[in-house]
Amino acid sequence: MTTPPPQPAPQAYAQQSAPNWQGAPGTSYTSPIPVTRTHLGHALASEWTKIKSVRSTLWTLGIFLFLVLGGGLFVSAQTEDLNYQDLPFTFPAFIGLLLGQICLITLGVLVTSSEYGTGMIRTTFTASPQRYRVFAAKILVFFAVAFAVSAGSILLVGLLTSSMHSGPEAADLSWGGTVLKGGLYVSLLGVLGLAVGSMLRHSAGAITAMLGIVLLPSILPVFLMISRSTRTLGEKMQEYNAINALAKIFGADGGSTGGSQVWLLVGVTAAAVVGAFALLERRDV
Amino acid sequence: MIELEGLTKHYGEKLAVNNLTFTVRPGIVTGFLGPNGAGKSTTMRMMLGLDNPSAGDVRIDGKHYAQLKDPLRYIGALLDAKAMHGGRSAYNHLLCLAQSNGIPRTRVVEVLDTVGLTPVARKKAKGFSLGMGQRLGIAGALLGDPRILMFDEPVNGLDPEGIHWIRNLMKSLAGQGRTVFVSSHLMSEMALTADHLVVIGQGHLLADTSMSDFIQQNSRSYVRLRSPQQERLLDVLHEAGITVVEAGNGTLEVDSGSPEQLGDLAAAHHLVLHELSPQQASLEEAFMQLTAESVEYHAHTDEPGVPPPVRLPPPPQQQGWGEGWDRTRNKGA
Repeated sequence: MTTPPPQPAPQAYAQQSAPNWQGAPGTSYTSPIPVTRTHLGHALASEWTKIKSVRSTLWTLGIFLFLVLGGGLFVSAQTEDLNYQDLPFTFPAFIGLLLGQICLITLGVLVTSSEYGTGMIRTTFTASPQRYRVFAAKILVFFAVAFAVSAGSILLVGLLTSSMHSGPEAADLSWGGTVLKGGLYVSLLGVLGLAVGSMLRHSAGAITAMLGIVLLPSILPVFLMISRSTRTLGEKMQEYNAINALAKIFGADGGSTGGSQVWLLVGVTAAAVVGAFALLERRDV
Repeated sequence: MIELEGLTKHYGEKLAVNNLTFTVRPGIVTGFLGPNGAGKSTTMRMMLGLDNPSAGDVRIDGKHYAQLKDPLRYIGALLDAKAMHGGRSAYNHLLCLAQSNGIPRTRVVEVLDTVGLTPVARKKAKGFSLGMGQRLGIAGALLGDPRILMFDEPVNGLDPEGIHWIRNLMKSLAGQGRTVFVSSHLMSEMALTADHLVVIGQGHLLADTSMSDFIQQNSRSYVRLRSPQQERLLDVLHEAGITVVEAGNGTLEVDSGSPEQLGDLAAAHHLVLHELSPQQASLEEAFMQLTAESVEYHAHTDEPGVPPPVRLPPPPQQQGWGEGWDRTRNKGA
């Protein structure tokens, strides 16, 4: 470091309050661009641009479609008319959805966590300090995209299968409900991922957490069933886990149509979204 | 106009920003100066409503940031160059920002042109150099044609041409009557652009003064003399009542007295001078002195007794290592 030459004490500046301004105060700039009061519509347009302009959307949805449509066609080709006596025509989509749900979860997580990971979130919240509006727009846009893609692909599998297998042996069960419920279930899982991503702010952490939420309840019951004290918990887990829920929705479990499983997910997702909203306003970015 | 009142931010035990009160006025470039870790970025984040202050208040034209309905029209901010999704193209990055504030698409094209990124508008931001990223960040700040602009270390990573460009940009923006607030840890940079200075160190306000006052009070000018007849020169100067400081290495420094006067004096006494040069202590030095006690991360120079790494060929000047370590300290302004 250098030897400082004699200088006036630095404290002197802090006390004096800058008497002579060089600019002319009051000559504020006015822009020619018209002023718009922003609303949710603006946030939706912005989020729509965001989701469609990144490669991860293309990849996750592409793989999802490949799994559901490809898997659906494969299963459809392996089955016979007779199989559809007690199964809906959308059943072949079930196998693809089991894996495909992970794609939607990943996309959901990335919608929020990638902004935190890249620092984009600071730009986003500077542009829209109404954080709840940004988050609501993210949920709406993601849900619309996820539901359109998932329900659309299930519908396509159903149509293809019915054209291949609507022989006299098939029972021609109504399958419209499975399209909506199946699409809703996997899309909600994605929204849950989005909320978890917003709370954890870390892509890998949030995806891992979501895999835990989806997979653990289908693995744990095996161990919980051993002990009598945890047996009921194990049974509930087995009944309500994500994989079993999809199986029920697609009629692989006889009788039940998975209504209560969908409601449970609606509840869990709503709770996570509320939690994410609460944290959103309070935390620093 | 941005008004800060008693702005304070704690991170646990650590006090990042302590009771900052100052006003950023329109029509001038206000430099926000402080060493690394002084709390500049934290203060700027609080101004933008990204971080919640522990105490105190920030108002933008009398409103809190969160109350702004179309914030990009009020404030354009460049926080850090990489605050964007690398997978998105420059155009789409700006488009999503524009849409969130209802700014027309044509404006995106305009600002891309302003910052000179039109040829790479469709390229992913990931592949951008630091300078290009900085330009894209500035494009984002200019998007809403705001009346307040805030730049956090804008010249970082820019090439000389880019630095020149941003200096002129800031001056012209201020010239249009906008409020320009720019942070830096480089005093020399601020001396060229800012009209007003706010200096902080470890979260405390150290100075809030106009640039010209700061320069006047801090730039020590003196004359450097070198002579083979140093003893006699000293005597002559003492006789003339001129105070002189021996700066070591055979140089003398005279605070009062013009080069003309000193040259005439030496000539009158038939003294040989090897150097007679007016010097000005740099503002950088003044800044370092001002913030010396509040620099958080000090680099430690090696002890003068420690032998230097082996150097071949040996230095031509025969002098002990570390002897002339402060020779260059007063070079240039």
